[in-house]
Amino acid sequence: MKRKDPEKEPLNILFYGVGGQGVLTAAELCALAAMADGYHVKKSEVKGMAQRGGSVESYVRFGRKVQSPLPMDKDIDLMVCLYAQEYPRLKDELRPGGTDLFPYLEKAHYAVGKNKIFLNTYMLGVLSSFLPIKEKSWLGVLESKLKKSGQENRDFFLLGRKEGAEK
Amino acid sequence: MGREKVFLSGNEAVARGAMAAGVCFASAYPGTPSTEILETLGTFPEIEAQWAVNEKVAYEAAFGACIAGRRALAACKQVGLNVAMDPLMTTAYSGVNAGFVAIVADDPGMFSSQNEQDTRRVAPYAKIPLIEPSSPAQAYYYVQEAFKISEQFDIPVLLRLTTRVSHTKESFEIDFRRSCVDKKLDKNPRKYVMIPAHARPRHVDLEKRILALKDFSEQSDLNLAQINDRSIGFISSGVSALYAKEAYPQASFLTLGMPFPFPVKKVKEFRRKVRKLYVIEELDPFLEEMLKQEGIDACGRKSSWRCGELSPSAVKEIVSRKERSPQSRKSRRPLLCPGCPHRPAFYVLKKLGLYVTGDIGCYTLGALQPLAALHTQTCMGSSIPFFEGISKMRKGEKVAAVIGDSTFIHTGISGLVSAAYNGTKGLIIIMDNSITAMTGGQQNPATGLTLQGKSFKKLSLEKICVAAGADSVDVVNPYDIEKMEDLVKLRMQQDALSVIISRYPCKMIDRSKGPLLYIDPEKCKKCRQCLALDCPAIYEEDFCFKINELLCTGCGLCKNVCKFEAIRERRKQ
Repeated sequence: MKRKDPEKEPLNILFYGVGGQGVLTAAELCALAAMADGYHVKKSEVKGMAQRGGSVESYVRFGRKVQSPLPMDKDIDLMVCLYAQEYPRLKDELRPGGTDLFPYLEKAHYAVGKNKIFLNTYMLGVLSSFLPIKEKSWLGVLESKLKKSGQENRDFFLLGRKEGAEK
Repeated sequence: MGREKVFLSGNEAVARGAMAAGVCFASAYPGTPSTEILETLGTFPEIEAQWAVNEKVAYEAAFGACIAGRRALAACKQVGLNVAMDPLMTTAYSGVNAGFVAIVADDPGMFSSQNEQDTRRVAPYAKIPLIEPSSPAQAYYYVQEAFKISEQFDIPVLLRLTTRVSHTKESFEIDFRRSCVDKKLDKNPRKYVMIPAHARPRHVDLEKRILALKDFSEQSDLNLAQINDRSIGFISSGVSALYAKEAYPQASFLTLGMPFPFPVKKVKEFRRKVRKLYVIEELDPFLEEMLKQEGIDACGRKSSWRCGELSPSAVKEIVSRKERSPQSRKSRRPLLCPGCPHRPAFYVLKKLGLYVTGDIGCYTLGALQPLAALHTQTCMGSSIPFFEGISKMRKGEKVAAVIGDSTFIHTGISGLVSAAYNGTKGLIIIMDNSITAMTGGQQNPATGLTLQGKSFKKLSLEKICVAAGADSVDVVNPYDIEKMEDLVKLRMQQDALSVIISRYPCKMIDRSKGPLLYIDPEKCKKCRQCLALDCPAIYEEDFCFKINELLCTGCGLCKNVCKFEAIRERRKQ
């Protein structure tokens, strides 16, 4: 797979799932990590009726300069689906040669077991292994934004990051 | 505060930009996608930021602050501005003392609105300047420009956002310095008392002001041309400009940050420099019509593009003269939350087979299958007048109105007063979940708490209904479904105007849980009575009905409606 260089053109990441799942928080953390590395970041979200269990999606784009908050159709570099039943809805948005992290969702469920609240952190760890953002920036953002269970979040993030790196 | 790296949404950026502009008074009624503007301004203790009961009141209170010599703003969603149109039209005549900016957030694609009206058209209608940022970073600076323009040209300024500007977050750097405008209270009846004798000369003056603004628009850097590849040029405004840049990075662009008054000379000059000119805009052909009016040759969109929002790919399709393809993307249907107090109330209304006029709020979801207990919804406060019209024309029909606590205060009270005054009989139900829920849980006069959580006065819904002319006002807990049903039946039979306040707090506010429930597969007869409640916690799996214990709040409604006692409380271990 040919990776895009965010110095030349923005990377497009799509997070999606259902309301109340932390989709928007996961996207926010990713955006903040990219920002910590000095990138220009835009994050767009659709959350109209999110609280009521409706569909939620968030696009994160980062690079030297980002114009549109929405990417071109079918031009997602990294897909992060956080809810299996929602997967078919947007899976075709992946660009040819892009990376779909869906196969990691089951691994994530297995890895966190009963600690379901760390599912997104694990998936962010997986995602991080595919992005040119420093580990230090990710951990800094996790520490400042996830005040509760800081150590567990760090551990599950690194576990996911390790899993993602073994591709 | 100085230089700071920020990551702000368009709404937060507008609020921070307004703070930099020295805004002292801000008022709004919550409405997606504009709500966060006031929520952000409410975090600054140095200014008066408030939830008003409706957009007209918000606009007028803020305008009072502007007459008093302090910069002020009113914010709302597109349909909210309709409510504030009355003061908007005439304050354009009056003009301002300190700067005044009306901020409106349109919702192309209707993510959470009942229409997708294009507020840009309000600017020429009211004869006020229109400012349109494309991104949060621009919003931060443009709102400051808007205040300056307002004072320089003695006019209210309309700042228009769309969902994709309001709810996009962007990283950028700001250099925050709060400016201060403190003028004297303006004692000038010729400006602020709009009797015909004063309004006539103000209208003449307004026409002069808008002409002066036209010159300003021609000169202003808000309208910016970038000449690159001359074979293709785009004219656009708002987020559409960024979609065009994404789709055709090499092209030439004229981005109108101030689309009205329309900078004709600048547009003509740009037209001369590019071989082909495309108009890229969402919703109405606003720019396209301006171009046509001036005889400027440009390619517009096929009319199918007037519905819904655009995207970078949509720009490519517009350029290749395609029609909009029908949108096929299916989203999950929104549901009332588990434990939502509207559910038992709708259960009763449906059971009794009433024709229900509804209103704007979470409870509008009661119209969808399988609850299907609500039959009209148009705009804020319409439930009670619709109910009046229907019940007076169809005497035999069992009709009731349903309205939320916040919507009742917004524009429902006047409907009740009018219904009572005109001898209307029948039943109005106030679904009081003690919060403005649909927009994410804002306070309102019935909670007695302000935007900052302070408490001055608490409105009594009971007393105001009596004062408005209701013959009876009952308060009932909707979870007591038998009592609710008996009460609705009783009041429907009487020849009187009755109000029932169905009162139970929103589950997003009171998150306490009752006993956990499960469905006993031995006893369950699969009658689907529980599924008909449309609770997200009840689902079907492997031909069995089950309860998701993470989602279930233990409200017990399903247990109450089950005829076979198949739903039981889980014993604590």
